Amino acid sequence: MAVKSSLTNMVAVLGLTCLVCSALLGGAYALTKEPIQAAAAQKTTQAIAQVLPHFTEVDYNQEDGYYTAKDGENLVGYAIESSVMGFGGELKLLVGITPDGVVYNTAVLSHSETPGLGAKCTTDTRFMDQWRGFDPSVKKLAVTKDGGDVDAITASTITSRAYTQAVANALSVFALLNNMEDPDAFSGASVVKIEEGGQDNE
Amino acid sequence: MSKFKLVSDGLVKNNPTFVLLLGMCPTLATTTSAINGLSMGLATLFVLVLSNMAISAIAPVVPDKVHIPVYIVVIATFVTLLQFLMQAYTPSMYETLGLFIPLIVVNCIVLGRAEAFANKHGVGESALDGIGVGLGFTCSLTVLGLVREILGSGSAFGYNFIGGADGMLAFVMAPGAFLCLGYLMVLFNKYLKKN
Repeated sequence: MAVKSSLTNMVAVLGLTCLVCSALLGGAYALTKEPIQAAAAQKTTQAIAQVLPHFTEVDYNQEDGYYTAKDGENLVGYAIESSVMGFGGELKLLVGITPDGVVYNTAVLSHSETPGLGAKCTTDTRFMDQWRGFDPSVKKLAVTKDGGDVDAITASTITSRAYTQAVANALSVFALLNNMEDPDAFSGASVVKIEEGGQDNE
Repeated sequence: MSKFKLVSDGLVKNNPTFVLLLGMCPTLATTTSAINGLSMGLATLFVLVLSNMAISAIAPVVPDKVHIPVYIVVIATFVTLLQFLMQAYTPSMYETLGLFIPLIVVNCIVLGRAEAFANKHGVGESALDGIGVGLGFTCSLTVLGLVREILGSGSAFGYNFIGGADGMLAFVMAPGAFLCLGYLMVLFNKYLKKN
């Protein structure tokens, strides 16, 4: 192996390699662009279908990060993206809210919580199911430890608080969408203080 | 060297994980479950076979002083290709493995095989070497992932067998990765490699 190096052959070989490789990738990009977009779109639709009742069409408001779902002419509800800092990093939720201001369901879009502890927010059915039909005008949006009505995940209070905060933020957005006078009073977002670095493990 | 030996060397004698201790970063980070380990191994296998073949084909005309940049460009091309394919056809797996897919570019197994084997051998032999080492990596990661999944989550390949109980969490997290890797390495070198 090993051809003796000279300026010309180094430039030629490196240039040619890059040219061939970029042409190859350009082609591959063009071929996979549509399937990639389709996969991303399908994932979004699935997430929305999980947090809202049956709908036929969805509009995305990119600026504020929410989806408006309609069944024909009727408004089914809003699916609002909401991200907060969890224990291990960003916790991103999709919160479905029906026009009467009740949470229909929630779904985790992405998270980096500890496996087996905070990451249970995607598998713990007891924790997840309490968000179905959560009515902020009846129940208090805070974990039980902070005097609210949300049952936290065992040993994952910080994650549960973050999750609750994310739902509260989504409800504030919903209130703004409906031009309510005091969005925070409606969702209880500013009532609950989130203490930084509590004594709990997570 | 016989074709069989080329493949089996990568599996046992030159096993990248348990003998050569290469590619430790993805090994420790992605083996939280058997499926994750298997996917990471297969992704590396894909890149390894293709880059070995391409590099063995172009090696005779690559000037000595630029051979590393040329190899990296070739490897990065295959990794990006793999990224496109995974994003398009296995988006959930792509999300699980996340950063570790692009990091295959700097995986020392891939560049190591290019430097140590592919640039001195023909395309066919290099492909077999890539298959052997890639399979060795895949098997090691799957076994490591399986052990960690059984101990840490009480399931195997996603099939839960302890009901609602919790596994030993430490094994899903980083300390468990080191412990399992260490013990598996001992067992591997004591029983398999000796024969």
